[in-house]
Amino acid sequence: MSGQAFVDQLNKKFGDKISGANLENLDPWIEVTPDGIVEVCKYLKEESSLAFDYLNSVTAVDYLHTDAKKAAKADWEPHIEVVYHLFSMQHKHSLVLKVIMPRWKDDQEGKLPEVPSVAGVWSTADWHEREVYDLLGVNFTDHPNMRRILCPEDWVGHPLRKDYEMPLEYHGIRGR
Amino acid sequence: MSSLIDDPRVIEFDVRTDEMLVNMGPQHPSTHGVLRLALRTDGEIISEVTPHMGYLHRCAEKIGENLTPRQWIPYTDRMDYLAAMNMNLGWALTTEKLLKYEPPEKARHLRVIICELGRIASHLVGMGTYGIDLGSFSPFLYAFREREKILDLFEEACGARLTYSYITPGGATADLPVGWTQKCLEFLDQFEPVIAEYHTLLTTNAIFIKRTANIGVMSPEMAIDFGTSGPVLRGSGISHDLRRDGEEIYTAMYDGYAFEVIAQQNGHYPKDHNYPPVPKEAVLGDCWHRFYVRMLEVMQSIDLARQGIERYHAATDGYGEPLKLKTKLPKGEVYLETECPKGQMGFYLVSDGSDIPWRTRARSSSFSNLSVCEPLCRGCLIADIPAIIGSLDIVMGEIDR
Repeated sequence: MSGQAFVDQLNKKFGDKISGANLENLDPWIEVTPDGIVEVCKYLKEESSLAFDYLNSVTAVDYLHTDAKKAAKADWEPHIEVVYHLFSMQHKHSLVLKVIMPRWKDDQEGKLPEVPSVAGVWSTADWHEREVYDLLGVNFTDHPNMRRILCPEDWVGHPLRKDYEMPLEYHGIRGR
Repeated sequence: MSSLIDDPRVIEFDVRTDEMLVNMGPQHPSTHGVLRLALRTDGEIISEVTPHMGYLHRCAEKIGENLTPRQWIPYTDRMDYLAAMNMNLGWALTTEKLLKYEPPEKARHLRVIICELGRIASHLVGMGTYGIDLGSFSPFLYAFREREKILDLFEEACGARLTYSYITPGGATADLPVGWTQKCLEFLDQFEPVIAEYHTLLTTNAIFIKRTANIGVMSPEMAIDFGTSGPVLRGSGISHDLRRDGEEIYTAMYDGYAFEVIAQQNGHYPKDHNYPPVPKEAVLGDCWHRFYVRMLEVMQSIDLARQGIERYHAATDGYGEPLKLKTKLPKGEVYLETECPKGQMGFYLVSDGSDIPWRTRARSSSFSNLSVCEPLCRGCLIADIPAIIGSLDIVMGEIDR
């Protein structure tokens, strides 16, 4: 589903909102800028030859080496990726989209990076985005209900971030 | 005030009908685990349902970032603990997809047999507990009687009764014991006629039909929009089963097997089984249809397991030795979904080239299936909530991970 021709076609339509692609990976992916994600998703769902009507999963990956030695060797800068897995019930094909962002908004630690929510395109995204917010600390703007879903409401931190540290104490319960 | 009750037919007057908040759970027996539902009701009518979960959350995904794929297998057991074999398979195949490893033929058929038995066991629990949800206790005992026999078979194959860790990247931890397939065939022969009992107890039971037919009707568009999968999706009449429509690495397992996707198409279910007809009260996409799809899948799994045993004996190669505990993973990332009893379980693996994954992610089918309960329960009666939640057949261990 994601040959070079398809990427070119998207590039032509959305211009610099398609920021890159990796076609060598086992599941090839297409990179989209945060401000273009809703527009691109709407197109992918509504265009009848693509018809990506099913959203499998929304997740994110945190790229950060907490070890300085390893960080020096890494071939990437610290960043966070939101990954969308799409599927088409009609054509039985799938697609991976990625949004790549800095780990903190404006490089201020504690300020969560922001992506527009696609909950208006697929209802699945509602809970999946809440989970990403809860565990990885990505703020989905225009989300109908941006609350934690798995951790308690008053939990501090986002556990799946690589630099996360378990709290010492939570309501009198020893953490570590 | 007395002047207001001149009319003798008026017994009550000035009744306030405020909205009420009702808390259901987290230990309500019909919530299938520790799920808490906050209901906003107007009398008996639900106006809003807010599920609260996370009581079983242990962040298995974070644990996966510190273990090799083979070491993470026991954690996948504990996600959907009612179908742990199918969970093992999902993660094993994801790892194999990244490694571009092809298990031997015998291992493939072994996996089919085991996973189809796992599917039967899971659907039996789903069926039995659904009976309890609706106030009928005996089907539960009937279901567990047969499930026990499947657990005995699993115990003989791998030593565990609930958390198996049997299917691992590479194949399985051991070959099936001598004489196991014979016992399995005997079980299947004994089990097949028993299904008629379940149909008498529940499927065609007048009370059961009254409680489930035309309740919680989900349109196909809604089912797709909310990302539901498995029997919940097929109960809405969408013919989609990853065993047929999935990725090649998964469908290769079922290559050459004769089976049809169980979903109502043009007003009919596949005709190759002997099963009771659809009652006229039932509407496509309601609780009854979701239950019915599950029951038909049990019959189909029996068929598939039989085919698997035949092919297993015909295969001459090994059962697939497990890969080394610390196998170096190539750099890259893969996502794979498999058809588990509850729905499509997806695993996402990101590797940075070492033996430990950089990121593991489990996309839970029950998680997406449960998300549909908010719109589904709106406007129904409180008594219908167990019927709707039960028909989604969720497992909290998988939702909370």
